[in-house]
Amino acid sequence: MADKQYKLVTCTINGVRRQTMVDVRASLTDMLRNDYQLTSVKKGCEVGECGACNVIIDGECYNSCIYLAVWAEGKNIRTLESLMGPSGELSDIQQAFIDETAVQCGFCTPGFIMSAVEILESGKEYSRDELRKLLSGHLCRCTGYENILNAVEKTMKKRLAMNHEV
Amino acid sequence: MYDMKALYEAESVSEAIQLLQEHPEAQIIAGGSDVLVQMREGKRAGAELVSIYMIDALRGITMEDDGTIRIGSLTSFSHITKDPIIQKYINVLGEAVDMVGGPQIRNIGTIGGNTCNGVTSADSASTLHAWDAIVELTGPEGVRRTPIKDFYIRAGKVDLKPAEIETAILIPKAAYEGYHGHYIKYAMRNAMDIATLGCSVNVKLTENKERIEDARIAYGVAGPVPMRAPHAEEYARGKALTEETIDIFSKSVLEDINPRDSWRASKAFREHISQVLAGRALRESIRLAGGEIHG
Ligand SMILES: Cc1cc2nc3c(=O)[nH]c(=O)nc-3n(C[C@H](O)[C@H](O)[C@H](O)COP(=O)(O)OP(=O)(O)OC[C@H]3O[C@@H](n4cnc5c(N)ncnc54)[C@H](O)[C@@H]3O)c2cc1C
Ligand code: FES
Ligand code: FES
Repeated sequence: MADKQYKLVTCTINGVRRQTMVDVRASLTDMLRNDYQLTSVKKGCEVGECGACNVIIDGECYNSCIYLAVWAEGKNIRTLESLMGPSGELSDIQQAFIDETAVQCGFCTPGFIMSAVEILESGKEYSRDELRKLLSGHLCRCTGYENILNAVEKTMKKRLAMNHEV
Repeated sequence: MYDMKALYEAESVSEAIQLLQEHPEAQIIAGGSDVLVQMREGKRAGAELVSIYMIDALRGITMEDDGTIRIGSLTSFSHITKDPIIQKYINVLGEAVDMVGGPQIRNIGTIGGNTCNGVTSADSASTLHAWDAIVELTGPEGVRRTPIKDFYIRAGKVDLKPAEIETAILIPKAAYEGYHGHYIKYAMRNAMDIATLGCSVNVKLTENKERIEDARIAYGVAGPVPMRAPHAEEYARGKALTEETIDIFSKSVLEDINPRDSWRASKAFREHISQVLAGRALRESIRLAGGEIHG
């Protein structure tokens, strides 16, 4: 590349308005990790196959490795870091991953959890088969799929029951 | 970092056309789920890109005054599946694109990319062929429309003129009114897999629901580009809803299809499942249309 090409990108990340100059060749994974130190966003396959880099953009899940950083302009982006409470508490879905032993090496976990967040926030009740499909964009090399499904299903049921009581 | 030479971002269709004219070597990037992966693989390394991803005017599904369904080329697969117009009039398209990759891919992948890549296994392609879709292209000379079967030239090559972009996929009223259809993707895995074969069938029954007024069938991966099976379609017209009709319809597809050996499956296997899927998809289409098959 003859001259490096940069662009100013303004977006909301985990509730805070941020602005930075990015190299137009950067992926959103590059920007989130290198410019904002959001290292829950993992570099796995980097070709859209494994879901380790998954983040929520304007309410929908995307693999940030195949999303150009410049496309983040004006968007609302959420990563796993946004789930932490004010005193560092874990969210219910994170706790469920621990309780169900859904974390082994942990590399796939942030990506899975962000898909789970989109599922849980829909407020809908899904069957186990539907959950399987909704989580099918993630690979776990440690192959803990059943425990991951259990964690998501239990959290979904808990939240639905809580909403019922209210 | 992606190995790209330069990135030009368009905010409108006219700007995209202008950028493509100024940079004749540049390639279009929509959602990038083909382009960026190929750039990583080295196939598109060092390319100049014109990004159309930010052109929101190309997103969404609308019904035009004459009943034509208009799908903006940047509409993502997940938005097609969720759309009430699609669900009401051509639900099978929403079902077909719901079989692409996994959830995150369905949020980034666009119908424009899925047709302009010229790929025979593209999950929307056989259904669009089976519903007589029209491709709307906008370029320096203005807007033109071409039937989807003429849009595909050969594997990986579609009829895009210099500085032209696909702006929409259109389904005319005559192509969907009264039709019901079903798509089957045959693949090794239930998710994140490319079709070994795709088969999309739809039918319109006579008013008394005793006979097939019209049937259409299209395949992906039964040849270098998606294709219809006109012999089977011609045979089915006017036939009663019987097992024999389904049987002969399924066998007739061999007159048209031309699959090949690949690492996913052999030619013989593809020929076999082409018939099986034709029968299953026809059966399901008849059921959806309210018909009953007799012995
Ligand atoms: C992990 C993974 C799994 C996948 N699984 C499937 C699958 O199961 N089924 C399937 O069908 N596909 C699959 N794909 C391929 C891909 O997601 C689709 O082909 C998608 O539709 C491409 O759309 P896009 O907007 O991302 O295209 P891009 O990558 O942006 O573009 C694709 C091609 O079309 C051209 N183009 C795009 N839009 C236009 C336009 N409006 N006008 C002119 N030219 C245009 C580009 O120049 C390029 O040549 C998968 C991809 C990945 C990464
Ligand atoms: S690292 Fe993005 S999908 Fe694997
Ligand atoms: S826990 Fe190791 S990859 Fe999933």
